Amino acid sequence: MANNPKRYIDPHIHMVSRTTDDYTAMAAAGIVAVIEPAFWVGQPRTELGTFKDYFSSIVGFERFRASQFGIKHYCTIGLNSKEANNEALAEEVMDLIPRFAGKEGVVAIGEIGFDEMTAAEEKYFRIQLDMAKELDLPVMIHTPHRNKKVGTSRSMDICIEHGLSPARVVIDHNNEETAKEVLDRGFWTAFTIYPKTKMGNKRMVDIARRYGSERIIADSSADWGISDALAVPKTANLMLEEGIPEATVNAICYGNAILAYGQSGQFNEKDWLDMVRPDLTQEFAGNSLLRGGGPENPDLSRLIV
Amino acid sequence: MTPQKLVLHWLKGRLSAADLAWLEEKSTLLATGAADKDVYTAYSSALRHSGKAPLELAPADLDSAQAASPGWDPSDWTCEQAARVALLLALPPGSKSSQLMDRVYQTADVGEAVALQKAIAVLGHPEGHMARARDGIRSNIQSVFEAVTVRNPYPAMHFDALGWNQMVTKTFFVGVPLHLVVGLDRRVNPDLARILNDLAHERWAADRPFSPELWRCVGPHADARALEDLKKVLNTGTPLEQRAAALALHASPRTEAARIIYTHPELAEAAQTGALTWERLYDGE
Ligand SMILES: [Zn+2]
Repeated sequence: MANNPKRYIDPHIHMVSRTTDDYTAMAAAGIVAVIEPAFWVGQPRTELGTFKDYFSSIVGFERFRASQFGIKHYCTIGLNSKEANNEALAEEVMDLIPRFAGKEGVVAIGEIGFDEMTAAEEKYFRIQLDMAKELDLPVMIHTPHRNKKVGTSRSMDICIEHGLSPARVVIDHNNEETAKEVLDRGFWTAFTIYPKTKMGNKRMVDIARRYGSERIIADSSADWGISDALAVPKTANLMLEEGIPEATVNAICYGNAILAYGQSGQFNEKDWLDMVRPDLTQEFAGNSLLRGGGPENPDLSRLIV
Repeated sequence: MTPQKLVLHWLKGRLSAADLAWLEEKSTLLATGAADKDVYTAYSSALRHSGKAPLELAPADLDSAQAASPGWDPSDWTCEQAARVALLLALPPGSKSSQLMDRVYQTADVGEAVALQKAIAVLGHPEGHMARARDGIRSNIQSVFEAVTVRNPYPAMHFDALGWNQMVTKTFFVGVPLHLVVGLDRRVNPDLARILNDLAHERWAADRPFSPELWRCVGPHADARALEDLKKVLNTGTPLEQRAAALALHASPRTEAARIIYTHPELAEAAQTGALTWERLYDGE
């Protein structure tokens, strides 16, 4: 896949928690498309309506917000593992998912999987795997922070048990300890570049050196916590600097996401290549999508606002 | 032809036989009473059968649209919007269906929301769509706001003055060309003229530009302050602003307006003869 000028995809980022400054910086760094997995928003939800409005916002307003910066926004729909533990609510959410999963730009069921590996988590994980199969959508799996190795293996076992092809499942938040098994079993293997708790990007360089690019994906998983919305382009630059071949970098930071999520039929390179990009330098164009002009410039040397 | 038949007729030449058959089958299902769940999924899946190509209707088709439903202008519709609207038109008109549409709207993605708002141009039971249309005016999503505002006869036909004035005023904040608003000249009113004249002063004070189309809503109800402003724009504005001021003054019934405009005889004459109109305001820009 030719990639010139440099384009990146962040296939796992929670933009509802990010500012317009992030969008500006991401666009400037070459990010052309993002996937926003449905996840936990920090504060536990207690009502079905909050889920409904959250899902609506990731197919609605957030999509619009991204478009203002020339970034194509996609999402995944699913009940995350933490909130699967509120069983009464989880039961209701299961009825809501099909209402969203068939919408434009929904590229997978996700992120689903394990947090503490409770019985409730497993139950709703399995139900959603069946939904993905029925809806013919890929799956994005969140692997747990604690007891990661076991949780990752178990997640893959359950996918196989439900008849899902590993080629249609992305296992996310991998590290050096889990990578080999996930790759060997034929699943897409995603790495979250998350300075403190997950992978730093120096470690990602070593992964690329060791395993190459086949079925390997980098993402930021940036959210409401301390995280870096530019993790993908930064990692790409670091890999290039460290002598990783350009084709490898391109696959890890762009092309593989298209291959994995393109299986939904909802994630096509043409969508963002054809996208009309707003001229962010325009102050007034009879078109103030960007209220009052362009996105705020984080450059402090520009004092006039 | 009914709007629904017309929409299906247009899609006939543009969709594959299988996709058209899907749409017709779902339309029949929705017409004869479908579960909410089936309506949600049919409305969401429509895109997979329609694609997003522009409809590009011929002038004769646009005439048929007008004949089928007054003020209906689908000249910028896409196959996606037509297919979604065909489904909405299949639902039996009435409060039950419009409440169902409210629920569809609540969880709509951007494309679905746009089609729902465009649909109110032709849907029956207009009062059932009022709250949703007003909600579209509150939307910060440009395409949703435009779906209500642009080439849509619903607001001029059904909005009260508060909603109408809010919509027209917001076009100046989000940059929608005013001449695409249907029924504008019919719905000008003194409140709107004052609100927009205030807005012009705000923008001048902030040294920020605004579309000279603003004066279109001020002219017919221009008070003494507005006439002073229009005189200033006529004398010192850019050529585009001068043309707008001339048109606004021409629309004022006040004799003072006539006196002002005749200080620029060539513009006065252009406005008088129709050589200059709001639709042609930007010609030569
Ligand atoms: Zn996440």
